[in-house]
Amino acid sequence: MSDTISTNQPVDKTTNGSPKPTSPNSDLKFDFASFWEYSAAPESSDFVEIDPKYNHFINGEFVAPVKGRYMKSINPATEKVLCEFAEGTSEDVDSAVKAARKAYDKTWPKLSGKERGKYIFRIARMIQERAREFAITESMDGGKPIRESRDVDVPLAAAYFFYYAGWADKLEYAFPGRKPKSLGVCGQIIPWNFPLLMLAWKIAPALATGNTVVLKPAESTPITALKFAEICKDSGLPEGVVNIVTGAGQTGSEIVNHPDVNKIAFTGSTKVGKIIQKTLAGTDKKFTLELGGKGPNIVFEDAPLDQAVEGIINAIFFNQGHVCCAGSRLLVQEGVADTLIQKLKDRMETLIVGDPLDKNTDIGAINSKAQFERIQQYLEIGLNEGAEMYQSSCNVPENGYFCKPTIFTNVSQSNRIVQEEIFGPVLTIQTFRTPAEAIEKANNTPYGLASGIWTDKGSKIFKTGQSIRSGVMWSNTYNKFDPTSPFGGYNESGMGREGGLHGLYPYVKF
Amino acid sequence: MSIAEIPDFKQTIPIDKIGVEERVSRLNKRSIKKESKLQALKLALSMIDHTTLEGKDSEGKVIQLCSKARTPYAPMPHLPHVAAVCVYPNMVATAKKALKGTNVKVASVATAFPSGMAQLHIKLDDTRFAVDQGADEIDMVISRGEFLKGNYSFIFDEIAAVKEACGSAHLKVILETGELETLENVRKASDIAMYAGADFIKTSTGKISPAATQPVTLVMLEAIRDFYIETGTMVGMKPAGGIRKAKEALQYLVLVKETLGAAWLTPEWFRFGASSLTNDLLMQIVKQETGVYQSIDYFSND
Amino acid sequence: MAERLEVLKTYKTYVGGKFPRSESDRTYRVTNPKGTHIANACRCTRKDLRDAVVAARTAFGDWSNRSAYNRGQVLYRIAEMLEGRKEQFVKELELAGVKEKDARVEVHTAIDRLIYFAGWTDKISQVFGTVNPVASAHFNFSSPEATGVVGIIAPDKNPLLSAISMIAPVIASGNTCIIVSSETNPLPAVSFGEVLHASDVPGGVINILTGYRSEMVDSLSSHKDVNAIFNSIEEPETRKLIDENASISVKRTSHYSPDDWFAVEHENPYLVLEFMETKTTWHPVGF
Repeated sequence: MSDTISTNQPVDKTTNGSPKPTSPNSDLKFDFASFWEYSAAPESSDFVEIDPKYNHFINGEFVAPVKGRYMKSINPATEKVLCEFAEGTSEDVDSAVKAARKAYDKTWPKLSGKERGKYIFRIARMIQERAREFAITESMDGGKPIRESRDVDVPLAAAYFFYYAGWADKLEYAFPGRKPKSLGVCGQIIPWNFPLLMLAWKIAPALATGNTVVLKPAESTPITALKFAEICKDSGLPEGVVNIVTGAGQTGSEIVNHPDVNKIAFTGSTKVGKIIQKTLAGTDKKFTLELGGKGPNIVFEDAPLDQAVEGIINAIFFNQGHVCCAGSRLLVQEGVADTLIQKLKDRMETLIVGDPLDKNTDIGAINSKAQFERIQQYLEIGLNEGAEMYQSSCNVPENGYFCKPTIFTNVSQSNRIVQEEIFGPVLTIQTFRTPAEAIEKANNTPYGLASGIWTDKGSKIFKTGQSIRSGVMWSNTYNKFDPTSPFGGYNESGMGREGGLHGLYPYVKF
Repeated sequence: MSIAEIPDFKQTIPIDKIGVEERVSRLNKRSIKKESKLQALKLALSMIDHTTLEGKDSEGKVIQLCSKARTPYAPMPHLPHVAAVCVYPNMVATAKKALKGTNVKVASVATAFPSGMAQLHIKLDDTRFAVDQGADEIDMVISRGEFLKGNYSFIFDEIAAVKEACGSAHLKVILETGELETLENVRKASDIAMYAGADFIKTSTGKISPAATQPVTLVMLEAIRDFYIETGTMVGMKPAGGIRKAKEALQYLVLVKETLGAAWLTPEWFRFGASSLTNDLLMQIVKQETGVYQSIDYFSND
Repeated sequence: MAERLEVLKTYKTYVGGKFPRSESDRTYRVTNPKGTHIANACRCTRKDLRDAVVAARTAFGDWSNRSAYNRGQVLYRIAEMLEGRKEQFVKELELAGVKEKDARVEVHTAIDRLIYFAGWTDKISQVFGTVNPVASAHFNFSSPEATGVVGIIAPDKNPLLSAISMIAPVIASGNTCIIVSSETNPLPAVSFGEVLHASDVPGGVINILTGYRSEMVDSLSSHKDVNAIFNSIEEPETRKLIDENASISVKRTSHYSPDDWFAVEHENPYLVLEFMETKTTWHPVGF
């Protein structure tokens, strides 16, 4: 008892004044479910039109694939087919690159920066106008909760176009002492976790700097890219400046290998990133890679714990954990470990897993069957490695690919679930005793994309931040994105930065 | 039950304001529709401390207030009555009489409300008077000046003394969070109040702006949660002042549900200190039940 | 009067602040363009390379954590030491067949280049760092920091100037390096190690190896504890090999094969940036 309190004896709550009723939950657990359940609040998808069949967008037109082959896009929450889309072959990629080359030689870089900027502004506005449609489509095609597609993916995608639109006529201020020139045709390959947002990260800076684009969306989430193609058409963007070719890995490989592509921008797994880097060896193609991660999220004992809990939740359960910069390794100082883990478990109980289109859903569907199976495998690996698994007690729908939010305790640095990127709602928890130990564990990985630090002490943030080798350092927050803020990794998490002024570098030469 | 050790209130529990605001903003995105909405509107109505705290209050005004409290909307007699009326000590007897035969409680502000700028014996007399008049609940104010000076033992002792003066009446401790300014102060004042014996902690007098806010309420709910874990004792929560719309009330209920859970979703453990909120809740309830948007002209102003 | 017999120098490597011979004990003959033998140099192996990477990695923590001001002073100190010994370097270049006048220009340019990059150490993050006006209530800033251990593959041309032109921008930001010196004339690079030893450069920050490039490039570019390669060899096979090896651990590669090492364009901060990573930090703003 503190000596600042002059009261002689502690107040016994049971005898002082009126006797207080104690909790009905005698084991001091909180019951978040038994009373006042939220009714279903589905976002209406009536007005969203998804065509039964989508073609490539090449040279300003939707064109059927030369070989006539189509693939299917599945709604992972229902396992039903949403649409068919073209499977790009070398012929399709070649005609897209030719269209981009023609636009590069004839129109796009010849426009003034100001005019290019105005097209990009126009695209940003059109994304905002169709925001709800894009959000619903994104949730149907990829399984992410509408709360995120509506509040994060789509508004941020528009924001990236707004930000880079403004750069188009100001590039001379971006590179001290240098005059930037565009590169030419950019081949861009994006992943399935943030389909429209990753498209914006790629296309906006490329167009602002005067390049033309051939972009391939992921095979499980092509629809918003094709709706974006409609915007390119509606905005009057000159033909061939943006070309969208759909397909799977083989189509991506055709883009990487095409001799008339000047630059490759890839976001995806480290494994594929390495293949691309090897493929490009000895060529003059520039490239940027945004690859995997195994982000450490470090909670010191002097952290604002309740906000840290929220940060941990955002770090690992945002977008079902399908986030390259996810804080998938929680490192917590021993003194607060028990308290923090209990708070985390309580918070996990309030997470709602289910229909991505329900406005109350926190965790939607795992993006694909393959990814679902991969996550299940890791859960097994974790158990076999002797880790202790805890999952929240939520219900999950019968159909579709859903995974309960999961944490593993009693893990060690050598476990596969600690070393390897799971890309799902699965968190490992390790404890540490000193800052040096935290830093050592945090850096003990080939990755280096993002990290979290939670402490009330400013000097500790700066020292820890300095010592951890990762491209993004979220202190007392996590998973924040902004078009002005550069993003990208150290080591095997990739090279180059996207976002901010730094995001212009990969698209210019001097 | 073991007696929990009283923490050292000189120690500050760190709270990140932006993080709290983000959490509130995320909770505000809960979409409350259909049955869950009607259920929550009625629940909120039953949690109101229907309040008049004006210098111009008179018996006549208080009697009308009580009438509204026991029957919020005559055309729908099945609706719940509010939890309590909240008045000045010299109006307690009137209110008590007007509410005879109902389960509506009478709460009285005391301890030199709203400033609390008086000597302890005056505050204790004020409290005893209200209790003698029949108050079921006492809403006291803490001495914010002493708190901001760091004189935490003063605050603790004062609350403990008022608690003793309350006898069997329940004690709500008003922190006046608008004058404490930081969330860390809110947390600290909450902890002092609970360890000193508060049955409820309450945000505001309604006389200072800002009054109740959701970030402040969230921090207080988290303090209640941690206190419960530490001591096994439940403490109630009352945001007061500035809550006028049904939609906001539902947002507060979401905060309670996802921080403390179902056990606190009763008038016994959660109250709204408000006056105009009652009618907005009624309008929304009638709209939900009839499908027709309502006008304030059809609801009594008391 | 009998002519005095000159004392010849044994050229060794410079690793971790020491002057070891190659672990293989092998040497190779260094000759001038006429084929006259001028010295024996160490023929380093992959094991020497391995040791050099360990030395560079060990030195990285301290060097990258030093203040930018201090790194600038150290670079300036190297230039001072080189100025003091410039006659030795002129002579060594002459030995290898360079005209005295040209040799003097090379040494002077090399000294000035060190001074140029010494001045960048405490400016690079000012010029290329940013405060980013994010839309949420967060303070957000980006600043460049050293990428780690850099492998440098130096050309044969202008062996002193080219080596210094490649080393200076790499270490200015806090990286440490291993340099595979000119194969045909490694002598200035080795002697530069002696200059480094006499200046205040911590051991391991710059590690100088000599030998056959073909015996080292493969190991250097595939080494997983090397973060980046700075290569000056234009030959397509070498570049391809380096790039392919780099993909094993997503290593950064920079190919830089200028015709004219004297050109003022080599004095440019973008060379420093090539071997830096941008780190972006977020923090909430509130009471």
